[in-house]
Amino acid sequence: MNPMTQLPDPAATPLEEIDFSDPRMFLEDSWYPYFARLRDEAPVHYQAESPFGPFWSVTRFDDIVAVDTNHQDFSSEPAIVIGDPEEDMPLDMFIAMDPPKHDLQRKAVQSVVAPRNLAEMESLIRSRVAAILDNLPVGDTFNWVDEVSINLTTQMLATLFDFPFEQRSKLTYWSDMATAAPQISGGDADPRERETALLDCLATFTGIWHEREASDSAGFDLITLLQRDPNTSEMADNPVEFLGNLLLLIVGGNDTTRNSATGGVLALNQNPGEYDKLRADPGLIPSMVSEIIRWQTPLAHMRRRATRDLEFRGQKIREGDKVVMWYMSGNRDERSIDNPNAFIIDRKNPRHHISFGFGVHRCMGNRLAEMQLRILWEEIMRRFSLVEVMAEPKRVQSNFVRGYETLPVRVHPL
Amino acid sequence: MPRITLVEFNGTGHTIDAESGKTLMLNAIENGIPGIDADCGGACACGTCHVFLDPQWLAAAGESNPLEDAMLAMRPDREGRSRLSCQIEVTDAMEGMVVRMPEYQM
Ligand code: HEM
Ligand code: FES
Repeated sequence: MNPMTQLPDPAATPLEEIDFSDPRMFLEDSWYPYFARLRDEAPVHYQAESPFGPFWSVTRFDDIVAVDTNHQDFSSEPAIVIGDPEEDMPLDMFIAMDPPKHDLQRKAVQSVVAPRNLAEMESLIRSRVAAILDNLPVGDTFNWVDEVSINLTTQMLATLFDFPFEQRSKLTYWSDMATAAPQISGGDADPRERETALLDCLATFTGIWHEREASDSAGFDLITLLQRDPNTSEMADNPVEFLGNLLLLIVGGNDTTRNSATGGVLALNQNPGEYDKLRADPGLIPSMVSEIIRWQTPLAHMRRRATRDLEFRGQKIREGDKVVMWYMSGNRDERSIDNPNAFIIDRKNPRHHISFGFGVHRCMGNRLAEMQLRILWEEIMRRFSLVEVMAEPKRVQSNFVRGYETLPVRVHPL
Repeated sequence: MPRITLVEFNGTGHTIDAESGKTLMLNAIENGIPGIDADCGGACACGTCHVFLDPQWLAAAGESNPLEDAMLAMRPDREGRSRLSCQIEVTDAMEGMVVRMPEYQM
């Protein structure tokens, strides 16, 4: 991760000399040839040294599914990102728990994102999307990330938590702070700023929790649901677990959807023929949404730890070893996906992607994410003949969150 | 070719001539029956091929494996007769079987 050195030549460098966790590969979007080589030459690959310690890379679609569905041998504890959790700021989330504890906590919150509840939220979401799009500065070049993607997902989160609407930008800030620690994902947050932010998040939600408890809320927001379920009704008494689960829901529903909302605009601009298809048939939106989520792969990886010595695809993995499933590589695996580098909005089997993971930890918010993106594109197509990308995006420096800081665009009304 | 009826949540029934030896999920998908998503393509890894069997057919469908149970455990709408249709192999003994689909897959 020495900023002074160049990334190595992807074709000529021996695999042992490549750091597959280097966040600059993602900042520069130059990771493709490195991971193509792993898929071909060493699909289960051991890297002895990295800023995050030694780790295995699993890069083929089917191998990722095999690891992801084998939670006995590949544990999600204590953390699901390549780096290790901070000693002084531990977080306890069910994404980083194994069954049976995982199942209990997940069940408690899962129904909030069940499609039945989502259907009730649809018109509220649609009106918020419409308001955002109607207020865009037609004729100006502006940052799609701020004006649309962040704005939209932040409003969604505020709705899910019934969070004070005027303070909603805090949610985004906390989410960014939670994922941006250098030792966790190669990001660049200052550790002290991060700690202050997360403590503020905890204090704010503890306040909301007690208020809502006192008011006997009959609402359907996440906090009320947690209070109503006997498995989680005492959660606020355990700050580590409470903060962890809050951040899980905030982070889960934030960067991922945000970066898909940006990635879709970029993908359509890079593939004008697909944009034409969309204009000719907006009925393709649901399948396009899945394709955007595949193409973007908003979370680059999930990490596991081997619970015993075992052999996997001919490699000897030892108990305790870190095993990183590189989702963005699985989504580009030609063994499982036809023409995987192409963005094709009417793909035959668009839901067959790995961006939501598989197995017991499979993304809980997948239908919510798809719904938000579907509504976004339905409303965009009602208003604009083109959302035109005006300059290259600036990407996020992280080997975990695959996203954008800026995407300058102009909108062209119908 | 046992005839199997798949019933959507809204009550609409679809009777198909199913192919023995193939999974129930594939039979449903190949016949274009709505209500089963099968995101993972049958790897028992996504839970979006959830169905309810009428009780008298549970035995014919065979045992579920631990991974299937783990996936089903997380479904808010799980019932005792819940199964993942990608884990059920259709046999000739399923002539007349009725399978109900949940309100949603997630
Ligand atoms: C395009 C958008 C999204 C993507 C790509 C995404 C991706 C993922 C991935 C890769 C996992 C881990 C899967 C695994 O380990 O096998 C996950 C888990 C999770 N996601 Fe999402 N996510 C998205 C949107 C959301 C939304 C909107 C929510 C809001 C509720 C959410 C909440 C969660 C939760 C709670 C988990 C933990 C599940 C568990 O451990 O059982 N996600 N997501
Ligand atoms: S198709 Fe994914 S679990 Fe059956």
